[in-house]
Amino acid sequence: MTDGFRRQRYLIDFSLAAMGRRKVRNLGLLAVYSLLVFVLASVMLFTHGLRQEAKRVLAESPEVILQRLVAGRQDLIPPGYLERIGRIRGVQKIQARLWGYYYDPVVKANYTFMVPEARPLAAGEIVIGPAMARERGLVAGNLISFRSYSGRLFTFKVAEVLPQASELMSADLVLLGAGDFRAFFDFPAGHYTDITLTVANPLEVRNVAAKLAAALPDARPILREEVQRTYAALFDWREGMVLTVLSGALLAFAIFAWDKASGLSAEERREIGILKAIGWESGDVLRMKFWEGGLISLAAFLLGYLAAWVHVFHLDGALFRPVLQGWAVLYPHFRLTPEVDGLQLATLFFFTVFPYTAAVLVPIWRAAITDPDAVMRA
Amino acid sequence: MLFQPAIIALLLAAGLGVAALGLAAPFAWQILRDWDLASGSEKQLAMERRTYLFSALVGLVLGMQLAALLLFVFNADRMAESFVGAMCAVGSLQVNAWGFPALTAQIAVFFAASQWLLINHLDNQARDYPLVRLKYALLLVLLPLLALSFGLQLAYFEGLRSDVITSCCGSLFSGESRGISGEMAAIEPRLAMGFCFGSLALAIAALGRHALSSAPGRANGMFAGLAALLAFPAAIIGILSFLSLYIYEHPHHHCPFCLLKPEYGYLGYALYLPLFLGCAAGIGVGVLQPFCRHPSLAALVPPLAQRLAWVALLALVSFSGLAVGIIWQSRLILLEH
Repeated sequence: MTDGFRRQRYLIDFSLAAMGRRKVRNLGLLAVYSLLVFVLASVMLFTHGLRQEAKRVLAESPEVILQRLVAGRQDLIPPGYLERIGRIRGVQKIQARLWGYYYDPVVKANYTFMVPEARPLAAGEIVIGPAMARERGLVAGNLISFRSYSGRLFTFKVAEVLPQASELMSADLVLLGAGDFRAFFDFPAGHYTDITLTVANPLEVRNVAAKLAAALPDARPILREEVQRTYAALFDWREGMVLTVLSGALLAFAIFAWDKASGLSAEERREIGILKAIGWESGDVLRMKFWEGGLISLAAFLLGYLAAWVHVFHLDGALFRPVLQGWAVLYPHFRLTPEVDGLQLATLFFFTVFPYTAAVLVPIWRAAITDPDAVMRA
Repeated sequence: MLFQPAIIALLLAAGLGVAALGLAAPFAWQILRDWDLASGSEKQLAMERRTYLFSALVGLVLGMQLAALLLFVFNADRMAESFVGAMCAVGSLQVNAWGFPALTAQIAVFFAASQWLLINHLDNQARDYPLVRLKYALLLVLLPLLALSFGLQLAYFEGLRSDVITSCCGSLFSGESRGISGEMAAIEPRLAMGFCFGSLALAIAALGRHALSSAPGRANGMFAGLAALLAFPAAIIGILSFLSLYIYEHPHHHCPFCLLKPEYGYLGYALYLPLFLGCAAGIGVGVLQPFCRHPSLAALVPPLAQRLAWVALLALVSFSGLAVGIIWQSRLILLEH
């Protein structure tokens, strides 16, 4: 070990011992500091988790969704529309979809009725999402009736409840056969809700969209990447908003830290006086104080980040959920996937340690330049 | 402007940096005018005390700027998903005219700040503040540079709109495009390889000689510094013109940012971190040499320069080793025997 290292180690030893002598004050500072890191880290971990979740969910969605607009509002796809698209190079699959919303007055929530592409369902059978099963107390084999928009009563048999794992996507989902769907909603024959296109090459997606827009002027192609970008921007914006609101707390913390650091007790002042009298230089005192700040910062950062981790991934981010995730009556229950992001850690570090260190600098310096004789005489 | 935590943090760091240097500037001017170590006047004593404050303050904000470069690139890479057509940091930096100037300014701040911190470190070790005037004069030079970097970042982030179509790295760093980055990418691989590895070998040899010899001369140190200074652009050219091709195993993909992505195992960080560290330390070896003449520094400079030479040597060797390893492992054949 070189001299430099040894010197720093002794300084750390000394700082730790000195901090131990003023336990209450330092623990108070540590608590407030950790709380600040906890709040900021919770917001960041939670939004990052949501962003990742949205990305994962959207990864499976089709590259392009085509809607037809009439007077700027979405309208049904009429018969013959699909044929007009014709063959576009690069498109692997074109599929017309049937889906719609149904308002259930019993639980005061909207369900999404959808005809699945991959799985044919027998007439009179439905598959429902877990949140809806929970709300209506349904299990496989039960019967459930809905009054359709035409006033008729339809009774369906629950063939299956979708697994919990898919809840983020399927909370309010009701899957049913195409015939049932058309009968329930009085859906005009040959019409569809929208069209999805699967494009293999991601670089082709924009070209496909341009061709669609040229061929069908009344259509609106929505790209998956656009939806992804919009979600990312939405969560970024929410995160930024909450952080801006919390910047008041950051400022308050900086003032608190300044105050704590400048309020040197008489004992501490004497200590510094004695240190300087026995040969410490201002630079040494400064370094010792920096170590104090650094150790507190590190401890607070670790404690706060760990607490935020537990809060977000084990307690479901109870404090910030309402602000950050949005709302719905049938809101899905889901666990975020724990993930540490380097950028997020670095940003959090910039947000907390930097202001703290800047705030305590002047008070520390004041302490370091104290003249020994002035202190001892006082 | 995009309302993102990393952007707010970067602007916070740069803004506080400019504010801190702005606060220090009048003091720097006072030092340049009135500093007189021989005097025992109250004014001189007060100035000596204040140097502690400003050294620490400037040290803090410049240290932050070193980290800010990493955060800036990291963030630019991450932002790519917010822009149509952007696939990596190039796309996000090209969203408006200020992206690349902001990056260049941040790199300049990185090297300037690292050298200032080095001089500050040396000065703090001597008893008689030998470099205090130089330090504060340099501070006055650093202030406009930092302010420029802050202004460019502000203009860049201010101008970000999430839906602007930007060109992807494929068009900027492809062999046909004009401009300096295109020129660098278009260099013939054999030539670029010779220049890159030649400069690195020169820097490694010079630094090695400085690190290992018992009495390294001043000229030797200066030479090592110059070689390290040359190694930086040479390595960047190397990355642009052939190393990126070997990493992507694609003969036309010259992007220096895609290699920061997880698809390529974050190789970029393993390349850039030692490169920046090594070049900053290596340049430091040269920068320190003129201070040998100072009586109070004569004993301090050589060991410090030697330590720096070691750091630079290890960093550049690891960069070169990794680069050779990449070429070795790659399935792309760029040069035929």
